[in-house]
Amino acid sequence: MTTTGSSALDAHAIRAEFPMFATPRPGGRPLHYLDSAATSQKPQVVLDAMDAYYRETNANVHRGVYEMAAEATDRFEAGRTAAARLINHPREALVLTKNATEAINLVAWAWGARELRKGDEIVVTEMEHHSNVVPWQIVASLTGAKVLFAPVTPQGEVELDALRALIGPRTRMVAAVHVSNVLGTINPVHEIVEMAHQAGALTMIDATQSVPHMPVDATAIGSDFLVFTGHKMLGPTGIGALAASPERLNAMEPFLGGGEMISDVTTEGSTWAEIPWKFEAGTPPIAEAVGLGAAVEYLEALGMDRVREHERATAELMIDALDEVPGLTILGPTDPDRRGAAVSFTLDAVHPHDIAQFLDSKGVCVRAGHHCAKPLMRVLGTQSTTRASAHVYTTDEDILALRDALIECRTWFGV
Amino acid sequence: MGGLDDLYQQLILDHYRNRRGRGRIDHPSASVHEHNPVCGDECFLDIRVEDNRIVEIRTDGDGCSISQAAASMLTEVAADKDLNEALEIVEHFRLVMHGDAEPDEDLLGDAIALEGVAKYPVRVKCALLSWLALRDAIASYRETTAHGG
Repeated sequence: MTTTGSSALDAHAIRAEFPMFATPRPGGRPLHYLDSAATSQKPQVVLDAMDAYYRETNANVHRGVYEMAAEATDRFEAGRTAAARLINHPREALVLTKNATEAINLVAWAWGARELRKGDEIVVTEMEHHSNVVPWQIVASLTGAKVLFAPVTPQGEVELDALRALIGPRTRMVAAVHVSNVLGTINPVHEIVEMAHQAGALTMIDATQSVPHMPVDATAIGSDFLVFTGHKMLGPTGIGALAASPERLNAMEPFLGGGEMISDVTTEGSTWAEIPWKFEAGTPPIAEAVGLGAAVEYLEALGMDRVREHERATAELMIDALDEVPGLTILGPTDPDRRGAAVSFTLDAVHPHDIAQFLDSKGVCVRAGHHCAKPLMRVLGTQSTTRASAHVYTTDEDILALRDALIECRTWFGV
Repeated sequence: MGGLDDLYQQLILDHYRNRRGRGRIDHPSASVHEHNPVCGDECFLDIRVEDNRIVEIRTDGDGCSISQAAASMLTEVAADKDLNEALEIVEHFRLVMHGDAEPDEDLLGDAIALEGVAKYPVRVKCALLSWLALRDAIASYRETTAHGG
């Protein structure tokens, strides 16, 4: 599957660049890591970049006049530049945050809490991660706005007609996930953004599961806000991003106050720094931004088109392999062209926790639970699923090990 | 597969496949509904109390083998126990699950087989779900009777 064309990714070669896969496991178990939708592994170049920053030029950014501090600032800002370049977005309108959740909260508080009024509506979909639901619920309870949910079909796709019908004159924000972390569904975000803008609403795209796996052009999508996180795209934890329209950011008040984000502070009040720093209070995650920059360069060197092709091929193989497991039901679209390689499934009456525990004994790491998407679980009529998810280092062997372990699991639990 | 066998002892799989005390009680003295925030599993637990003694206990809901076996074992262990005695057993089980006590088979009965769960922190919640539901049910029963009488 990794050799479908001369330009296809070589997952085995990529795997050799990730130290995690060379680390011996307890009992000599293999490591079939199929939980990349939760967090990805990190290549050596990312670890090296962060290590080098701490060893060579650790200093606080945007302050020191000495050369080392200037170098630290350069490396930190280079991380921002790389992240902005990856998604074709102006760098000054890319705010670095702790993660995607914080980026959404930034918008919910800096825009929503100030701008929403009683009776205003925020439209999300039933397949959102809790991070794109709960912040809106919080600001809705504060402002008297309402959160409406666009339905998802049993096949795991947003019902676009129903979404269109939900968007009306009271809609102020339409917030939707690009690729579902549970079902792998790729949503038609261009269409959703256009639909919302026609109604005069703002838009927020949660690109957490798309930016790591496929070409994403934030400018072409044209949403007012788009968020993603570093640790799912081969970068470190502790760094995420909000890509927003510069006009929108300029018009917004800050989210968190403190050092770094000010222009002037007097006893009477303060004025704000230019964007994006206006939204970056306190010492930022410097090494993490450096690591993110290295991760972006690594992905760019692979080529995002090839990353997507590997993802598509892996999804296809995974679906075919899972089809061979008796009693297994795949949730979400089965057409690999319409999905990513995060595949949720149920297996007869074997509970996801038991499946994940059994698979672990075979060195297969998967996620079991509600995947922080309880509204979607209710739509699917289940409390939890098992999810296998891939990345650039996922090999055919990983997928076949998953299949074989699932077949054995069913017999073992005897249900 | 030593680790897996330690966790899923035969007794656990037996209780999972042939669950004891499953269902609801028509007119319970107390009824509670708990859920596991990690996986979304739900547990319903009903008790009927007479003379400060659990005369009937049933649990319902779906979940993993650990949570279902633990609930099944609980209904056997707690049946016909005095409320204080039941609370004492639940507390002992809780300490065992958190690795803070050596398991006492006289108190735990078949639930001694869940000892291995303590090594799997994420699964401890599964095992404790129904047992802590009993603790809440007893508290709820006492609150109701205190207010009622």
